[in-house]
Amino acid sequence: MEVKIKSMKHEDFKDNEYIDKLVEELNATGANVMVGKLDQLINWGISNSLWPLTFGTSCCAIEFMSLGAARYDMARFGFEVARNSPRQADYIMVQGTIVHRMAPALIRLYEQLAEPKYVIACGGCAVSGGPFKNSYCVVKGVDEILPVDVYIPGCPPRPEAFFYGLMQLQRKIKVQKFFGGVNRQEKIKEFFEKHPEEEGRLG
Amino acid sequence: MSDIKEKISQICPSATFTEGETLMVTVDEKDWYPLAKALKETKGLEFDVCSAVVGMDWKDSFGVIYYLTSTSRNWEIIGIKIPIPDRKDPMIHSVSDLWKVCNFQEREVYDFYGIKFINHPDMRRFFLRNDWKGHPLRKDYDADPKLNPVPTEDEKNEDDTVTYVEDEKGKVKAVKGKVFGADEYVVNIGPQHPSTHGVMRFRVSIDGENIKKLDVVSGYIHRGIEKLSESLTYPQILHFTDRMDYMSAHQNRHCLCMCIEKAMGLVVPRRAEVIRVMMDELMRISSHLLAFGCTAMDLGATTAFFYGFREREMILDIFEKTCGARMSMNYNVIGGVIADIHPDFVKDVKELIRIMPDRLKEYHKVFSGNIIAMNRLKGVGILPKKEAINYCITGPSGRGSDWSCDCRKKHPYSIYPELKFDEVLLDGCDSYSRYMVRMKEIEQSCRILEQLVDQIPEGDIRAQVPKIVKLPVGCWYQQVEASRGTFGVYIESDGTKNPYRVHFQSPCFNLVGVMDLTTRGHMIADVITICAALDFVIPDIDR
Repeated sequence: MEVKIKSMKHEDFKDNEYIDKLVEELNATGANVMVGKLDQLINWGISNSLWPLTFGTSCCAIEFMSLGAARYDMARFGFEVARNSPRQADYIMVQGTIVHRMAPALIRLYEQLAEPKYVIACGGCAVSGGPFKNSYCVVKGVDEILPVDVYIPGCPPRPEAFFYGLMQLQRKIKVQKFFGGVNRQEKIKEFFEKHPEEEGRLG
Repeated sequence: MSDIKEKISQICPSATFTEGETLMVTVDEKDWYPLAKALKETKGLEFDVCSAVVGMDWKDSFGVIYYLTSTSRNWEIIGIKIPIPDRKDPMIHSVSDLWKVCNFQEREVYDFYGIKFINHPDMRRFFLRNDWKGHPLRKDYDADPKLNPVPTEDEKNEDDTVTYVEDEKGKVKAVKGKVFGADEYVVNIGPQHPSTHGVMRFRVSIDGENIKKLDVVSGYIHRGIEKLSESLTYPQILHFTDRMDYMSAHQNRHCLCMCIEKAMGLVVPRRAEVIRVMMDELMRISSHLLAFGCTAMDLGATTAFFYGFREREMILDIFEKTCGARMSMNYNVIGGVIADIHPDFVKDVKELIRIMPDRLKEYHKVFSGNIIAMNRLKGVGILPKKEAINYCITGPSGRGSDWSCDCRKKHPYSIYPELKFDEVLLDGCDSYSRYMVRMKEIEQSCRILEQLVDQIPEGDIRAQVPKIVKLPVGCWYQQVEASRGTFGVYIESDGTKNPYRVHFQSPCFNLVGVMDLTTRGHMIADVITICAALDFVIPDIDR
């Protein structure tokens, strides 16, 4: 029997309207050459050493452990340094259902992350509540309480799906504006809250 | 069976009996506590295990069903039904002083139904926040999300607890108390902690580095599966079992399918039975391998974790080929299994059995004999046999305390009576024994697989099942041996296509109940190893 490896075509991997839109925005607003080059350097660094916060609530966490083990080996991409403290991590990977009792803890963990910070919703439960959508105490998707960057559907997602999602996050990071952008997100937000008339003036 | 009726009638003349798959005794609330005491202590009865506690709402009354097991009477199981007609302020006497396992079980019933247990030492909610409005499993529960919006603040007053005490005149009053005293130093562990194996939270009061008291705060992944099941049809509720204890997905689902099949009177084809048992045992091996890996990792031995996962991937490949998924397999269905085995199945299983003995030797070489592992596990987390029975600690953890409690032997189901395997018992009563029982059970599971792998009979994989599954009126209780202990399913049907009540009795729920007992006096770092050796899965506790 011939072994056929079905891999994703490069065009399909690149097919992501959301990132195309980010690139367009970046091109439209422009940046200083020096700052732009520094941005690129920093983004290259961040995207290749993304440290996750271990936040596994259920089944997806076990698949995440498989990701860490030898067969799938996420160290190849620089994701392997799973941190237990949010202060050392770059992103939260929400693996599993979030229920009412957990919600305040999750919000606090997100607030403790240092900027730039990202959220990945893994699995059906974190995306939308999944099979427990109709339950009395389940948060229907983690995007109700946190801004989500990448959604990885599946119940639980396969390790390959985890990689696909993480690589899309890498792509997003590579086109982000670091100086005056993601490193100052909270300050920018505060500024606009105080001066709503200025909105839209900053690129 | 008949002498039980006589004996119970002597103790409690007003008791009524219903014959079913198990004897169901209905007693009044006022007779319940004396009867419970007699059932536990009378010679010849000695119901020393409380297998399950099920809260009920029969619309006109509330109620609690206790399933009791007597180890001395060949594991005979009976159900005791106690209706509580008072809907406004339902109360019942607690039996948590007789069977300690009832401590958490009754808190769960209080949480779901608002039934107050008189003399219960610690009547707090178990799964839901203490500011939750309503009791969700009541049939008249108002599920309006505006009543209970997604909270952004932590709970207030989580130290407050209450005990309902009855005076001589029979009047019940609430006595307020605190979980921890004002002068106690309390450390919080979890819910986001890498070594609690999920989102369990412990509050530990310490003296220096030694633990004085441990308070379990559960419910960080409580998804309300039991309530969800009530609005779904029987085939629709099957998938929840895979997501409770995801490391015993096949066994849990096997249990629920068996319970429904028993109620329908359905006979499962032999081929399906054999496949089911093989899948159960594969699942057990994969679960124990994960337990091995995680125990090692919690002690800092990261290499051993990679070893455990290497073999686990082989089993996941077998699952993937046949079931189509690595986890949450959704393989068992009512009447059999959903798809036939993959052509490579036999070959892959044989390969697994072939390599496993060598790999186990390797594990023992890498980790079991390691001096650090021995020091951290031996003599730590002592759980005497008597307490194991009282707390209903089944599975490898119970067998590590020398309690013979394997459901495959005690309540044989499926084709287990035909199979040759030993129940692994160790008498160390400590973390190390629990760990070693798991490793030895891998050998026994391989032995079972070896007997079956060449004996898979031809035939159907599924019995003929009606398009709409309806159960007759009645209630059923079914137990299986899951990876972590005895898993039970209680179904009550009112004759429609939806179950009236489904209760899952998970083994991990009982395991977390002994955390306080096993950690007392040990160092705070030992909480992690005791956790790892008890090996509970949080979504199974919280459901």
